[in-house]
Amino acid sequence: MSTAAVMENQPHVPEVIPTFTATLIIRRFDPEVDDEPRWQDFDVELRGTDRVLDALHKIKWEQDGSLTFRRSCAHGVCGSDAMRINGRNRLACKTLIKDLDISKPIYVEAIKGLPLEKDLIVDMEPFFESYRSINPFLMASGSPDKERKQSPVERARFDDTTKCILCAACTSSCPVFWTDGQYFGPAAIVNAHRFIFDSRDEGAQVRLDILNDKEGVWRCRTTFNCSEACPRGIQVTQAIAEVKMAVLRGKP
Amino acid sequence: MSVIDAPRSKAAPKRRGINWEKWGWIYMRASGVVLVVLIFGHLFVNLVAGEGVKAIDFAFVAGKWADPFWVVWDTLLLWLALIHGGNGMRTLVNDYANNTTVRRILLAGIFASTAILIILGTLVIYTFDPCPVGAAPELLPSFCPVP
Ligand code: SF4
Ligand code: FES
Repeated sequence: MSTAAVMENQPHVPEVIPTFTATLIIRRFDPEVDDEPRWQDFDVELRGTDRVLDALHKIKWEQDGSLTFRRSCAHGVCGSDAMRINGRNRLACKTLIKDLDISKPIYVEAIKGLPLEKDLIVDMEPFFESYRSINPFLMASGSPDKERKQSPVERARFDDTTKCILCAACTSSCPVFWTDGQYFGPAAIVNAHRFIFDSRDEGAQVRLDILNDKEGVWRCRTTFNCSEACPRGIQVTQAIAEVKMAVLRGKP
Repeated sequence: MSVIDAPRSKAAPKRRGINWEKWGWIYMRASGVVLVVLIFGHLFVNLVAGEGVKAIDFAFVAGKWADPFWVVWDTLLLWLALIHGGNGMRTLVNDYANNTTVRRILLAGIFASTAILIILGTLVIYTFDPCPVGAAPELLPSFCPVP
């Protein structure tokens, strides 16, 4: 008998995907019931391809429907599911369970420094407020009736900071932001950088003035937490340093 | 044609006077670099060079301050290091002392201690005289010229 025949005769057995059990300890908070957040653990059956987001889904769909978290795209694009996983800010949808140490429980909690609303959801308004205050839009004179040309080199100047998805992982990992929440935070500076160094933009001076403020770039202590937290791999600390130098020069 | 007005955020309020945060930041960087040289030079000369730490006594200090080079060195070290440290603590207080009264008290304390130490230190460096005229001879160090 040929090998092909042997293969044909065998009944079709679906391949069993190996699973394992992981323990997640989640910091829960229901403002209607709890005075203080509490830790709750869940055992979840998972596959090697599962991410923390999948584990949260399994818990929500199969064990406790009251678990609350944000997510939208589930593929690292929308920036809605930044959370603190084993003490580090990451996107739940970009963190594979198998990359974590599953011999120990996985700790999941909301990002720090922003008001906790429920379970893994925080109030993002202070974060977006500082984002808005740096004028995150093209400021250009002239009417937009023809394209604004830019050379590849000019475009590359701010390429890194165009990748921001406003997940707040950086800002909520910043110890200076934790202290009083007044600091603009890395994300706002990253998005200011994106326009300050854009050759088509004419509002650099306005943004540099805003960031030269008491709560602006000078509060950065070069801790590098933000660069480490950014799920998009943006060199956040470097972008902040470039803005500092631009403030000192008085121009981009 | 002018740049379009920002639709949402109000323009940054124009602050008058010195931008302390900016100059503080620049000062910390600049003084930091100079301090690395000053401190390690100081440590090397006092603890390593020559006889090492055993050489330090009254005469050693008096000998150093007889040289204007070390007077300038130590003055710079004193001023830069104390202001650097004081500014660092000011930053910490601004970060963590949320209560206005507590913050004012701490800032005033930091300012006072820094200022007092700088004044006293400078006074010592510039008024130091190992062999004051008219002092009791038995209190003078041995290297003083016998009157
Ligand atoms: S810079 Fe990175 S970590 Fe910060 S908001 Fe943007 S994508 Fe998120
Ligand atoms: S769900 Fe959109 S980034 Fe994770």
